[in-house]
Amino acid sequence: MPTVGVKRDLLFTALGRTYTDEEFDELCFEYGLELDEITSEKEIISREQGGSKASGASDVILYKIDVPANRYDLLCLEGLVRGLQVFMNKMEAPRYRRVRPVSGEPQRLVITKETAAVRPHAVAAVLRNITFTQERYDSFIELQDKLHQNVCRKRSLVAIGTHDLDTISGPFTYTAKPPGEISFKPLNQTKEYTATQLMSLYKTDSHLKHFLHIIEDKPVYPVIYDSNGVVLSMPPIINGDHSKISLETKNVFIECTATDVTKAKIVLDMMVTMFSEYCAQPFTVEEAEVVYPDGKTCKYPELAYRKEKLSSEFINRKVGINESTETLARLLTKMCLRSEVTGAGDEIEVEIPPTRSDVIHACDIMEDAAMAFGFNNIPYTTPLTYTVAHQVGVSSCTVGRALTLAPPAVHIANPKTAEFQVARTTLLPGLLKTVAANRKMPLPLKLFEISDVVLKDETKDVGARNSRRFCAVYYNKSPGFEVIHGLLDRTMQLLEEKSARGDGYHIQAAEGKKGGGGGWHFRACRNSLNR
Amino acid sequence: MADTGVVESLLGLVEKADGGVDSLEAAAGLGVDHQLLVGAVKSLQALGDLISAELRSSKHWELSGEGTEIAEQGSHEARVFGSIPPQGLTQSDLMKLSFGKIGFSKAMSSKWIRVDKAHEGGPRVFRTVRIKFTWTVITAFSENRSSTRVLPAFRTVKSYWITKGSSFSTTITKQETELTPEMIASGSWKEKKFKPYNFQAMGVAPDCGHMHPLMKVRTQFRQIFLEMGFTEMPTNNFIESSFWNFDSLFQPQQHPARDQHDTFFLSDPALAHDFPQDYLERVKKVHSEGGYGSQGYKYAWKVEEAQKNILRTHTTAVSARMLYKLAQQKFTPVKYFSIDRVFRNETLDATHLAEFHQIEGVVADRGLTLGDLMGILHAFFTKLGITKLRFKPAYNPYTEPSMEVFSYHEGLKKWVEVGNSGVFRPEMLLPMGLPEDVSVIAWGLSLERPTMIKYGINNIRELVGHKVNLQMVYDSPVCRLES
Repeated sequence: MPTVGVKRDLLFTALGRTYTDEEFDELCFEYGLELDEITSEKEIISREQGGSKASGASDVILYKIDVPANRYDLLCLEGLVRGLQVFMNKMEAPRYRRVRPVSGEPQRLVITKETAAVRPHAVAAVLRNITFTQERYDSFIELQDKLHQNVCRKRSLVAIGTHDLDTISGPFTYTAKPPGEISFKPLNQTKEYTATQLMSLYKTDSHLKHFLHIIEDKPVYPVIYDSNGVVLSMPPIINGDHSKISLETKNVFIECTATDVTKAKIVLDMMVTMFSEYCAQPFTVEEAEVVYPDGKTCKYPELAYRKEKLSSEFINRKVGINESTETLARLLTKMCLRSEVTGAGDEIEVEIPPTRSDVIHACDIMEDAAMAFGFNNIPYTTPLTYTVAHQVGVSSCTVGRALTLAPPAVHIANPKTAEFQVARTTLLPGLLKTVAANRKMPLPLKLFEISDVVLKDETKDVGARNSRRFCAVYYNKSPGFEVIHGLLDRTMQLLEEKSARGDGYHIQAAEGKKGGGGGWHFRACRNSLNR
Repeated sequence: MADTGVVESLLGLVEKADGGVDSLEAAAGLGVDHQLLVGAVKSLQALGDLISAELRSSKHWELSGEGTEIAEQGSHEARVFGSIPPQGLTQSDLMKLSFGKIGFSKAMSSKWIRVDKAHEGGPRVFRTVRIKFTWTVITAFSENRSSTRVLPAFRTVKSYWITKGSSFSTTITKQETELTPEMIASGSWKEKKFKPYNFQAMGVAPDCGHMHPLMKVRTQFRQIFLEMGFTEMPTNNFIESSFWNFDSLFQPQQHPARDQHDTFFLSDPALAHDFPQDYLERVKKVHSEGGYGSQGYKYAWKVEEAQKNILRTHTTAVSARMLYKLAQQKFTPVKYFSIDRVFRNETLDATHLAEFHQIEGVVADRGLTLGDLMGILHAFFTKLGITKLRFKPAYNPYTEPSMEVFSYHEGLKKWVEVGNSGVFRPEMLLPMGLPEDVSVIAWGLSLERPTMIKYGINNIRELVGHKVNLQMVYDSPVCRLES
């Protein structure tokens, strides 16, 4: 679950009232959020690096709120406030609009064919006449980071670049060039570097080193230029220093480059819906035009409002409540899904805003209705499903060929440690390790395990199967083979197996290696088949 | 029992004495070690009121071990002097003697001996004086004598003042510890006095086997499901394909859970084969284009991703297989459950391991509601003794609505999460071929967490894996989940 850290007092100011921690916790619970932690910057640094490092840090109370992984509209203070205010009926959900530039042509981003090899897609938009304060600026940067972490899959799917439009001039070109040919002064550096040099420079950067692999081995790297050859950014690694945003920035050019165009559009929509609040004309976004290698053009951001119709009967039936069509429409509107009764029977028309890309099916709408109704207000009922239970038989245990040479094992590609390189093919090592770890216990130690091992099996669709095994270990100052022998006999007796060659079980010495310490290997064989 | 001889002699002394007997004197008088006499006192006390013994302590000086050695054999320096022959002794030989080191320095400072450092064969020690020693025994020390070598020691000696008890007698009637068959046969048990049982001590532990607490809790959960009419699913496949583990559940291929950081992939066998082909096509379509009333995820779905084999991350993969099988025949309502091992490539800490057991329950029927899911959760958790539940909206890629289940912990005085639940999405059920009015509700929790809470274990490594604390396994009680 993604966690969003917001300053508590800023949050309360925006919400228009204060809450006690318990009251806010309760509100979060109802909305599907979780107030995970109440802390401060000072506390965090204290915990991670020690008290001495924290002395200059801020005491301001921070709320760490856990947000559902599919709600990209709740990843910043602005989105949280908006969602909660609408939920509490304190305000109506804003209407987001894409507008044409007041004068002249929209900004253009031209994509060349070279990008197809490395990062084919790009979208763009403009936030016009925006006003930043330190808090808004921090929130702006933080949201990009959160989106990069989540929906952008650590920048591999989408990377966001934001630029001060007044420092650059369009039309912009999105292309890809060999790393040696790209040279610019990156963000927060004092001199120019080539892309090759940047790859080595950032190998030791704790933040950026994780993204280098996305383009490192490609023959060409993505790069965006303005009409004067100024580098805006080299996605997904770093922006240019020239176009960096400051508190004084009034006009922002946002570009998102991507390997997944659907996600790029969602991400762009998120950035602009959240921060267009601070434009001179709130919630308006100036369009930008993207020109594709084949000459086709497309205007962004999409900011699409999608309509879906469903019946109140559907919602009532799925949730198990009985509310009127009008009530349900009102409940949905509280969840930022503006709804109206159409008048045709119990039909509701729901408008899904660009901030709710998580709603892809009527069941998503139904869940929101249930949330607005309050999960804990739903009466619970017992399903009348009549079934008779069946158990999986214990007798699906085959005492068979134990310890043949090198049983075919399944290998793990990314094991956690050297101890987990294969899925176990025998239970014996585990039991022996347990004995080793418990040597101080009074003797004798008599341990057993009945559990599955994994064996390769080409007849299965996944190429492997489980096999139920029974393993016992006797550990004492004297070997006590008769104890294990006795256990085997008793087990066979309980399974109704006779001690007889042929139609029962028998023990024979295994050829080849003797066990360490002068012990003997035996194979218990059964010639009759498993049940 | 202490030496009967001593006991009887002691009783004899007490009988003759006027008032009482001091144990130290008695021991000296009888010629036995004082500790032996104390033993006799103790056994008499155990027999009842034969004697009454009052503990006394007195302090006096005693020579320490070193002091005794000196009194018997002479001081260190005297012994050094005594061991040097007329021709002298090499220093190294002298140092080898037990009293050599201290004795040498003392004798040197008292100028009884001298060292010729330049002597051939090494430094050699010679006597300088002729001394005749006489022995005197020092019997009195003053408390304030300070010395760098403390020879006398201040000892506390405990003794008893023994007097006659209320049932004093010079003969001891031995108490029987056990009834024997002979006593019963002869009837002699009627005259015997039996030693009372000591209920303070522990009995003999029976020789028995023990189930691991995890297995005990698993048995209880299994019992609960069976009582509710749930059928056990065959979960004997730790290896699963990404198709069944993720794709059939409508979890997109770009989802973070399908990352190297969260899932264990296999290098051998790396890929699965043999999928039901038309079902695979429907899954591909619903992911990439939508359908069944859904927008879909709109990305390029790749069969190569779906073929990748993994260690399953949840038993919901098995539920998917079962539901698909169910959809291939005429629909009948079912209730399924499973409790088995799953594997996640997570950060390991005190409460997380890379493998754990998942408990899962599934109900498929026509017209099930969210209220029904809550109802069945109430029934399930009531069997665990949990009656106060609250539900919180949550998110899973394959359920909508999804709910986290919380229960009120009386001890901690707060709500704690006890499980996760939801209604499977139509994008998962409809491509399988299940009828449209069929709803499937499901919930799950881990086995380790309730076990750790039940048995008060804080570190999961003590519960699972080879570092398991066997003593904990031997000692853990019967699992009764309603308490």
